[in-house]
Amino acid sequence: MMQLAVRAEPLLSVDNLVVEYGLGNKTVHAVSGVSLAVARGETLGLVGESGCGKSTLGRAVLQLRRAKSGRVLFDGDDLTAMEGEALRKMRRRVQLIFQDPIASLNPRRRIGDIVAEPLIIAGVKDAAERKRRVHEVLSAVGLDPDLVAGRLPHEFSGGQCQRICIARSLVLNPEFIVCDEPVSALDVSIRAQILNLLEEMKARFGLTLLFIAHDLAVVKAVSDRVAVMYLGRLCEVGPSEQLFARPAHPYTDLLLQAIPVPDPDVRPVEGVAIGEPPSPIAPPSGCRFRTRCPRADQRCSAEIPELREVAPGQFAACHHPLA
Amino acid sequence: MSNPLLTIEDVAVELPTPRGNLRAVDHVDLSLDAGRTLGIVGESGCGKTMLSRAVLQLLPKKATLTGRVMFEGQDLVRLSSESLRRLRGRDLAVVFQDPMTSLNPVLTIGTQLIETIQEHLELDAPAARKRSIELLAAVGIPAPEQRLAQYPHQCSGGMRQRIAIAIALSCEPKLLIADEPTTALDVTIQAQILDLLAREQRRRHMAMIIITHDLGVVAGRADEVAVMYAGRVVERAPTRALFKRMHMPYTEALLAAIPKLETAPHTPLPAISGRPPDPTRPLKGCSFAPRCRYAVSRCHEAKPGLTSAEMPGHLYACFHPIRMAEGIGA
Ligand SMILES: Nc1ncnc2c1ncn2[C@@H]1O[C@H](COP(=O)(O)OP(=O)(O)OP(=O)(O)O)[C@@H](O)[C@H]1O
Ligand SMILES: Nc1ncnc2c1ncn2[C@@H]1O[C@H](COP(=O)(O)OP(=O)(O)O)[C@@H](O)[C@H]1O
Ligand code: SF4
Ligand code: SF4
Ligand SMILES: [Mg+2]
Ligand SMILES: [Mg+2]
Repeated sequence: MMQLAVRAEPLLSVDNLVVEYGLGNKTVHAVSGVSLAVARGETLGLVGESGCGKSTLGRAVLQLRRAKSGRVLFDGDDLTAMEGEALRKMRRRVQLIFQDPIASLNPRRRIGDIVAEPLIIAGVKDAAERKRRVHEVLSAVGLDPDLVAGRLPHEFSGGQCQRICIARSLVLNPEFIVCDEPVSALDVSIRAQILNLLEEMKARFGLTLLFIAHDLAVVKAVSDRVAVMYLGRLCEVGPSEQLFARPAHPYTDLLLQAIPVPDPDVRPVEGVAIGEPPSPIAPPSGCRFRTRCPRADQRCSAEIPELREVAPGQFAACHHPLA
Repeated sequence: MSNPLLTIEDVAVELPTPRGNLRAVDHVDLSLDAGRTLGIVGESGCGKTMLSRAVLQLLPKKATLTGRVMFEGQDLVRLSSESLRRLRGRDLAVVFQDPMTSLNPVLTIGTQLIETIQEHLELDAPAARKRSIELLAAVGIPAPEQRLAQYPHQCSGGMRQRIAIAIALSCEPKLLIADEPTTALDVTIQAQILDLLAREQRRRHMAMIIITHDLGVVAGRADEVAVMYAGRVVERAPTRALFKRMHMPYTEALLAAIPKLETAPHTPLPAISGRPPDPTRPLKGCSFAPRCRYAVSRCHEAKPGLTSAEMPGHLYACFHPIRMAEGIGA
C-alpha cells in the first residue's frame, strides 16, 4: 500500500477500504477495496462518473459512513477504530465541503451563526473569540463580514453560498478538507472564482485537500496528483500532468476524449464514449470496466487487475494498459 | 438565399416580480435556417431559457412577450393555442435540462412514446409501437422492447435524457430546441447525447438550437453562436469566426474562465469578477461594464447596440471591441 504514497509522509492514507450499502436484500458495492495516500500539503483529485463511489469514499474518510473493512489513517491514527470523544476531536482537523452550497446551509439561520456553528460544537465558549474567527474566515473568502453576517442564505447566489461553506469549513483551522464537487453546481465564471479561492485558502492555511469532481479539466486545475475511479475501484493514479498527457488506463483515456474542447477546429470524435456504467449491485467480474472497454479480452473477465506502476509515480489497474 | 425557418424579431420578455419588473429577454433578433445549428451561450440567469420558451410560446402565464417569432412564415405569437399545440411536438420539439420535465413519472416509457406518435402522426397502435422501438434503438437504448414497459424512475439520468430525445424526435420535427440537455450529465454521457443529437440532426435535416453555458459544447457542434448577457445578444457570429476573432470582452472572458486541459496545475484561472447585474435593476450603460476590464466612462453612460463586424454575419455590442485590427491574434 505504501508504494502508492508520495515521497513525503502521508497525512491521510486509505488502505483497502470497502464500503457497502444495503438496498432491500441486495448490496450496493459502492467502494470495493480502494487504497490511496495524500501527502501533507498536497491536493489529490478524485474523478469518475456519477455513482462510481467518490462521495461514499469521501464520507468514509470522514467516518460519516463507516467502512465495512479497511483502514483510514489520519496523521498516523486509525479513524475507523475511533469513536465518541476521540473521533469528535479528530473531526476538527478534517472538514467537508459539499456540491450543493445552497442546500447545505440552514435556510433559517444567519450567516454569522452558520459559520460559527462548528466553533460552538467544538466547545469554543468565548463569544468574542468566536466572532473574531468568523470575521477572519468570512474576510478570507472575500465576503464583507459586517454586510453578510446578519443575513440569511436565500439572499445569496450559489457562488456566494459556496464561499460561505468554505468559510465554515475553515473556521476550526482544519488540516485536511474533502471537497466533494464544490464547483459542479456553479457557472463557468463563478466556478473559476471558487477554484482560485480554494487554491488561495490552501496556501494561506496550509491545507491538504481531497478534491472530488467529475470534470477532468477542473480537477487538473487544482490537483498535484489525480486518482481515477470506476464503479467502486481505482483505475489509475498519478501526477496530474503525466496522467493527462499519457493515460495508461483505457477508462482515463475515455474520460479525456469525452471532454468538449472550446475550439471549432477540434471536431468532436463521434462514438468515443459508449454505454453507461453497469449497476454497482452486480458489478462485472474481473475488471469492472470490461463491459465498456475496447481492449477487453477473456483475461479481463476472469482476473481483477491490480494497480501496477506503469511510469514513475503512475499506477494503473489494467491487464492491457495503453503504451 | 431562401427564407430562414425561424426568425426571432425584436423579442422581449418581461416578468412581474415583487422587486419590480424583470426584463428576462431584452429585444433579441436571431434567425436560423433549416438543417442548421445555433448555439446560445451565457451565464445562468442571462435569459437563455426564457428566450427558448418565448419561441415555443411556453412562457409563465404572468410573462409579457413583445416582438415576433416567425416559424415557416407564420407568427407564433399570434397563433391560436390549438394550432400551437399541434405545432409543438410535431414541427417544433424541445428537450429540457431535466428530462423529467418532459417525462410523466406515472406512465411507462412505451405509453408516452406511443401516445405522442399517435397524437401527431396517423399510425395505428402496432405501427406506433414498432416506431417507438426503432426510435429507442436509434437513441442508443439497449433492449428497447423491454424498456417500453418500464417507468422513467427505473432509468438512469442519461437514459432518461435519451428517452426524452426519442420522444422529441418521434414526429420528425423541423426544429429541435435543446435547453442545456447535458448540463446535469457526466462528460461521457454528455458526449454520447451530443453525438446522438448531431447524428439525428444530419439524418433528418432538422434545425437545432443548443442552449448551454459551456462554450466547449457549441465549439464543435454549432454553425453559429449567439452569446447572451443580461437578456441581450451581445455577440453573434459563425462559430469559427467567433472563436478566431471574438470582439466582445464578455465572450473572451467567458472562454478564458474555462479550465483547460493544457494548462499546468495550480495556474490561477482568469475568473470574471463579480456577477451579472440584477435583472430588475437594468443598468444605464453596457450591462457588462461593472465586470469589464476594458470599460471606460462611456460604457457606464450609454448602451452599445449590435454592430456589424468586418466578417459577414458577425455582430457585437461593444464600444471598444477587442481584436479589431488584422493580425492581432488571441
Ligand atoms: N444511502 C445509500 N443507500 C444505497 N445506495 C447508495 C446510498 N448512497 C449511495 N449509494 C449508491 O452507491 C454508489 C456510489 O454512490 P456515490 O454517491 O458515492 O457516487 P459518486 O461517485 O459520488 O456519484 P456522483 O458523481 O453522482 O455524486 C451509487 O451506486 C449510489 O447509488
Ligand atoms: N418563472 C419566472 N418568474 C420570474 N422570473 C423568472 C422566471 N423564470 C426565470 N426568471 C428570471 O428571468 C431571468 C432569465 O432566466 P432564464 O431564462 O431562466 O435564464 P438562463 O436560462 O439563461 O439561466 C432570470 O433573471 C431569472 O431569475
Ligand atoms: S483490464 Fe481489460 S477490460 Fe479492464 S481496462 Fe484493462 S483492458 Fe480494459
Ligand atoms: S461596451 Fe465597454 S464595458 Fe461593455 S463590453 Fe465593451 S468595453 Fe466592456
Ligand atoms: Mg457524489
Ligand atoms: Mg436555463
